[in-house]
Amino acid sequence: MATLLLSPTFIVLVLVIVYPLLSAVYQSLFSAESGLDADGFVVEGESFVGLGNYADIFAGAESGRFYNALWNTTFFTFVTVALETVIGVAFAVAMNRAFKGRAFLRAAILIPWAIPTAVSGLLWRWIFQSNGIANDLLNTQVLWTAEGFAAQVAVIIAEVWKTAPFIGLLVLAGMQLIPEEVYEAAKLDGANAWKQFVSITLPLVRPALLVAVLFRLLDALRMFDLPFVLIGPRKSSVETLSILAWDESNQLQYGTASAFAIILLVYVALIAFVFIRVLGADVVGDADKQAEKAARKQAARAAKEAGR
Amino acid sequence: MMQRRRDRRIVVGLAFAAAAAITLTACSGSGSSGGSTPAAEATLEGTGPIQYVSSPDASGAAQATIDAWNAEHPDEQVTWVELPLDADQQRQQMVQNAQVEGSSYSVLNLDVVWTSEFAANRWITPLPEDALPVDELVPATVEAASYRDTLYGAPYYTDGALLYSRTDLLTAAGVTAPPETWAEMQAACDAVLALPQAAGVSCYAGQFDKNEGLTVNFSEAVASAGGSLFDAEGKPTVDTPEALTALEFLVDGFESGMIPRDAITFQEEQGRQAFQEGKLVFLRNWPYIYKSLSATDGSSSVSGNFGVSAIPGEDGPGVSTLGGRNIAISSYAENKATALEFIAFFTSREQEQERLALSSRAPVFPEFFEDQTVTASYPYLPTLLTSLDNAQPRPKVVAYGATTAAIQDEIYAALTGDKTPDAALADLQTKLTEITAG
Repeated sequence: MATLLLSPTFIVLVLVIVYPLLSAVYQSLFSAESGLDADGFVVEGESFVGLGNYADIFAGAESGRFYNALWNTTFFTFVTVALETVIGVAFAVAMNRAFKGRAFLRAAILIPWAIPTAVSGLLWRWIFQSNGIANDLLNTQVLWTAEGFAAQVAVIIAEVWKTAPFIGLLVLAGMQLIPEEVYEAAKLDGANAWKQFVSITLPLVRPALLVAVLFRLLDALRMFDLPFVLIGPRKSSVETLSILAWDESNQLQYGTASAFAIILLVYVALIAFVFIRVLGADVVGDADKQAEKAARKQAARAAKEAGR
Repeated sequence: MMQRRRDRRIVVGLAFAAAAAITLTACSGSGSSGGSTPAAEATLEGTGPIQYVSSPDASGAAQATIDAWNAEHPDEQVTWVELPLDADQQRQQMVQNAQVEGSSYSVLNLDVVWTSEFAANRWITPLPEDALPVDELVPATVEAASYRDTLYGAPYYTDGALLYSRTDLLTAAGVTAPPETWAEMQAACDAVLALPQAAGVSCYAGQFDKNEGLTVNFSEAVASAGGSLFDAEGKPTVDTPEALTALEFLVDGFESGMIPRDAITFQEEQGRQAFQEGKLVFLRNWPYIYKSLSATDGSSSVSGNFGVSAIPGEDGPGVSTLGGRNIAISSYAENKATALEFIAFFTSREQEQERLALSSRAPVFPEFFEDQTVTASYPYLPTLLTSLDNAQPRPKVVAYGATTAAIQDEIYAALTGDKTPDAALADLQTKLTEITAG
């Protein structure tokens, strides 16, 4: 009976996840014919190349481009997610206080997240162009949208601006679940604000924070639109794996493009796996009571510790 | 404990699934495109409703033409399928439609540089010889609509390069005629920049950011130095002295400050802004910026103080590249007879004239360029015609995407000083040879 009831879900999952996945794997084993016939028409069809596309990516003539994109993807992911986490938690702490205009601040902080990435890419492009406001304010002549480290900084700034509110919001939701009594107890025991934050807020908000960070990791690893719009395609200092896959498919090399997508998939899955294993992020909310009990115990312990 | 383990497994499984879904939505390429080939030589048959597939047209001029057609042809209505403004996305959607052999796109509005790719892949149908008055059109536009001497599209509008110059500064410096060669341009700049009112002004800019504009500017420079990117047989010829002269003109320009340092970030719009704010003496750009530059509402500081001329070259007037659009029939379309008739109507002299009232896009019939009533509103047209007379299409290669990417990679590396001009051109020659060898 349970199988029957669940089957619509499984069918949808198979259709939208399993089938495209297998299809991409299959596609990645082929290479488009190239070359023209005597009349100047393209020779049609594809030939089976096995793992040839992957071999080319990892060790072929253009492999430098792949390793560069892999490095950029990793670099952007870890730098932006680290910055976002710090800033997002700070946002959450600020928003969790009761003060005048709190509702307004909460709404305002969400605006960057609500703007489509491509649009914010354009906005930042204007800010960072050579006679833009960034150079004006800093009184510099940095060419942000050309190649180089400045371009990477521009992408990181825009990405952090856009997604820190996301972490802030998820963490805020977690914070509001922390019972007020815990803080009262800590206050009675004479814990100062910093001590309360480190010993109560952080441990209790950890599950929510880890989920938020995991989502951001997965999201940042497939970063595409921001570097693409803000700096431009084929700029090696900001080229990510997604941009590589796009570039290949744009040139009708669907085999190589699929191979890039599969590599990115494996990479994303690997990082997610490691993250879950190492930090024990509780992604599905562990419906069992054990966790709740543990959390309650932890809260009590935390309150005690904070009082010490 | 067992419970916990199972949860973990679900968690990991879900993470994988989520990652998979996230990654793959971006890339579900089409499968094999099958072996079916449209009959290229078949006559165009079938009448009935068709679709006009095109980028948006803010001027409303194309819509007016379609309305005129629909009023006369109640049984062969044309509907507009609007594609995104971004050219890459337009191409991608048309390619995808061709690969699934979809019949919902009948008439395609193609950028001139896509002609070879679409024709060689048999995605568009050759047009009958007598369908269009090809002898009466600007020859370069017909050339750009043909692949291996077969006409595949009807020229819709055209575009060429203009050199915008600050006539007020030039007059003040005693320069009377616009420069015809790079040396004359340098000399004019030297004279202008010595003026006190030229403080903070730079000499020259074009489009040097890493995108299609760079390919355009580089191929123009090479042609203006007497070279070409490909020879008549389609073999790349970029390791030639002419190409080196052209690239050195740009590289030295950046080094000497003749081209301002921030021009490496210029696309069309950034260059227009700089010129409009009075920061440049000369600017290579398309005709479309003429309107913004001559705005009298205070947004342009150069209004009334600029002129246009053909772009300069090494030993004489330069060679513009050709922009613009062609209208072609999808090979998988239904009602091809209607489509052909519509194309002829759409690009006819009458409709081109009607559209001139609404849109500044340059027509493909030369007589409009010298028509007093037309040049009253578009004073640059006579200059543009000169520019078009010796214009060259951009490389007519099937793998245009890979070609332009290779050019951008190497030339950008040379302009930013990552490679010497010699090395960049040698590498470019290797890459282009590989791309065209297939």
